[in-house]
Amino acid sequence: MKQEHIVIIGNGISGVTLARHIRKLSDKRITLISSESEHFFSRTALMYVYMGHMKWNHLKPYEDKFWVKNRLELKQAHVQHVDTQQKQLTFESGEVFSYDKLVIACGSKYNKFGWPGQDAKGVIGLVNKQDLEELEELAPNNKVCKRAVIVGGGLIGVELAEMLSTRNIPVTFLVREKHFWNNVLPAEEAQLIDRHIREHHIDLRLETNLEEIITDENGKVKSVKIKETGEVLDCDLVGLTPGVSPNISFLKSSTIDLNRGVLINRSLETSETDVYAIGDCAEQREPIGNRPPIEAVWYTGRMMGETLAQTLCGNPMEYKPGHWFNSAKFFDIEYQTYGWVFPKPKEGQTDFYWEHEDGKKCIHIQYEKESRIFKGINTFGIRLRHEVFDRWLTEKVTVDEVIKNLKSANFDPEFFKSYEKEIQNKFQYTLKTT
Amino acid sequence: MSVDVNMSVTGNSPEALNVQQKLSSALGLLGIFIMTLSGFNIQFQPKIVWVSLSLIMVFAGIFWYSKVSYGHKTEGIKNDRIYFKSLTNRGFWAYILGLALTGFYIVLYFYPSWIGLISDGENTGVIALFDPLSKAISGNAASQWFVYGTLYTLAIVGFGVKFLWKYRHNRYQRLRTFSVMFFQLGFAFLIPELMSRLNGDNFSLPYYNFVNIWPLNYYNFEQYRVDQFINSGTVGIGLLIFGVLSILIITPILTYKYGKRWYCSWVCGCGGLAETAGDSFRHLSDKSQSSWKLERWLVHTVVVFVVIMTTAVVYSYLNTDKYWLSGSAFLISVASLLTIVFTWTMVYKREELQNDAKYAAIGFFVVILSLLGLHFSGLIDKVFLFEAETLRATYGFAIGAIFSGVVGVGFYPIFGNRVWCRFGCPMAAILGFQQRLFSKFRITTNGGQCISCGNCTTYCEMGIDVRAYAQKGENIVRSSCVGCGICASVCPRGVLKLENDTPAGRINSQEVLLGNDVDLMDLVNQNK
Repeated sequence: MKQEHIVIIGNGISGVTLARHIRKLSDKRITLISSESEHFFSRTALMYVYMGHMKWNHLKPYEDKFWVKNRLELKQAHVQHVDTQQKQLTFESGEVFSYDKLVIACGSKYNKFGWPGQDAKGVIGLVNKQDLEELEELAPNNKVCKRAVIVGGGLIGVELAEMLSTRNIPVTFLVREKHFWNNVLPAEEAQLIDRHIREHHIDLRLETNLEEIITDENGKVKSVKIKETGEVLDCDLVGLTPGVSPNISFLKSSTIDLNRGVLINRSLETSETDVYAIGDCAEQREPIGNRPPIEAVWYTGRMMGETLAQTLCGNPMEYKPGHWFNSAKFFDIEYQTYGWVFPKPKEGQTDFYWEHEDGKKCIHIQYEKESRIFKGINTFGIRLRHEVFDRWLTEKVTVDEVIKNLKSANFDPEFFKSYEKEIQNKFQYTLKTT
Repeated sequence: MSVDVNMSVTGNSPEALNVQQKLSSALGLLGIFIMTLSGFNIQFQPKIVWVSLSLIMVFAGIFWYSKVSYGHKTEGIKNDRIYFKSLTNRGFWAYILGLALTGFYIVLYFYPSWIGLISDGENTGVIALFDPLSKAISGNAASQWFVYGTLYTLAIVGFGVKFLWKYRHNRYQRLRTFSVMFFQLGFAFLIPELMSRLNGDNFSLPYYNFVNIWPLNYYNFEQYRVDQFINSGTVGIGLLIFGVLSILIITPILTYKYGKRWYCSWVCGCGGLAETAGDSFRHLSDKSQSSWKLERWLVHTVVVFVVIMTTAVVYSYLNTDKYWLSGSAFLISVASLLTIVFTWTMVYKREELQNDAKYAAIGFFVVILSLLGLHFSGLIDKVFLFEAETLRATYGFAIGAIFSGVVGVGFYPIFGNRVWCRFGCPMAAILGFQQRLFSKFRITTNGGQCISCGNCTTYCEMGIDVRAYAQKGENIVRSSCVGCGICASVCPRGVLKLENDTPAGRINSQEVLLGNDVDLMDLVNQNK
């Protein structure tokens, strides 16, 4: 029998995890196609190259010989058209490439919301390798880039602010919400991060929107105009960081069902036979639990890769992500979350918040009022154990048990000061007073 | 070099050093310059003032530099622009510093007379400058080793302060740094110097740093030292026994409980220098698979070398029948001990050994046994390739001087701060063997939180690819890990934690990580 050829568009975490797991389970021919970079790298660490913590090579989790050794073929090409009838891809170069099974794992691009001037030179996002190269060129230091404006208060926005501040470039940060990332974080921790961003000398403007990007006679960014005040801010760089969306324009000419992303079912199948989609270019037809239909999160890409490898190797499997978790870092403050904490507690739920007197550490728990079942926790400046919280969420333990056993979930380094006692006291006090 | 490889070098960052950083560096260098001038027989008088002044200038320079570098910044990781600086990215200044350090070690080890050592008269030059200080502490004139010890201690204490400032948010790092500063200043420097004040006509202890344990202290059981111990009565015998117990009983117990970090990054002087003065170079270690392979072969070869050398040296003087232990009895005990360790490992831990580690273990065993065989067949004197003394001299030159000093420290700015500890130190290899197979220590990975960013791997001074484990949800149990805890500090997602916990489940290799469907995790992880 002919060796099955699995072709994966995209060499990010989803595609690479898939390829690795297929290789472990089978001897199929595997090709990874990318026009971004020759080898897989960690997108999450792009910032550290600009900040001088790492070099490009440090971003690659596998040595270059890994791909040859594991017979993972790498193809540098940009796919222009997918023909699912003939099972063929057409590249920008005109080359035609056949597949037996196709997996779309092409990832995201950054959002633009139709602002005037959004395509000018000097406007960047921070998603791929080319964005980093462009940033290095546009903002090598504070002489070439005298001020930068960042639009969109999410995780990439704050990373970009931190990056630019390491080159002493003044940053103005426009955030639509009342507080930083307030559409995800409750106000208490959003304000904690507001303070911390300002502590790093970032000019944080809350409830502020971009009106337009003004360019000079060469089509380069000159300034931005703010919607609310009409104020015009001179700048040499505009960072657009209001989230990302699937990078799937090359599929428009195909017969694959698309919405914002490539539509898939729980088995990660698209509308076409032998075509699958994974990672943050994929959109679940039915959202899973509280998760959004498109998840631009590192680990969900990885999990979809792990799952699809089983299916493709003869062990059909549905994608069933477990309990929600995530993490991030805002300048010096680490953030982890397990289960669901919403900006405002859901109907029938309430919350408990503790903040350390230094204003840099806090935890926020949400739980059901009646049953007291624990629903989720946000933690800032204190590390917590994933395994323990995953178990507590599965076992549906009460908030009281979580507070009582908080120490067993602590993941801070040895000798660190612990705050469980203080948290427990505050919790007891809150119980009495409400 | 392609842009791809070297992207961040093109980083055109703001000026690397500000005015105060330049001034403070100049102050420290001026202190060094005074010492150097004295090497050219420029007579600084009174010496006690000038030696104090130069040492204080170096310390004050480092202190000032640390304050202006970290004092005004928020607490957190301070690795900005490391790869833009010539000194910390193998640029011009890195090579200059490397040459200076290498040169210093070569003079120190092989040409001490150049810096003024006169063995049968008054010292001159740099060593003479240090005479008053040495007399004040130990009562004796300085030697090149006193000068070296003073500067070494100054480096650990001075750069220790810098490290404390840099990691002031991290209590593990602070305690560990206080510890290495304490052990260097007290145990490695002041106590042995002061102890030599006790020496007289019928009581003469050798220079003994209690925490410099054989085989790192490869000369600890040489005849002249053993004679001195024995001739110094109960105290001497006690110290000799302590030296033997250190390697056979004390270190295995502590390593079982805490991993080898209790020594390598909390106590040891080599580790102390690497963690403080060498901190700026920790990211330069080679992370490739091939260097890991080289490490395993090299470091274990040194262990074999030091065991054979010490056995041969001790055997050669015991064989004179002047001691209560005979040469043959000693050889039999060494062979028995090695056989017990070897058998135990092969019976209980065979599964956990990598292939080449297995070959090395077998090779080691064969070598030792054949030496013994040769001895008892009476062939040893003819077949023993080297005489004991030749072995000792070769080890002292190749390993003691060249590897640990000239290469180990001299090449900090090129190969990173732990070259000696990783590729050469026999003590680290023995503790590492215990840590890998018989210890509660591990670095725990926090479920599925790893985002493969690679900070941990980049900043691992031992060149361990920490990310390779973390991104698989696997704990890190590696013999070379010195437990410095930097991987856990630089991790932006709180994924790594150094822990001592029950040995069961310490190595938890997983195919599918926490967070994915429980059924899939079970299926994949059970079907391995």
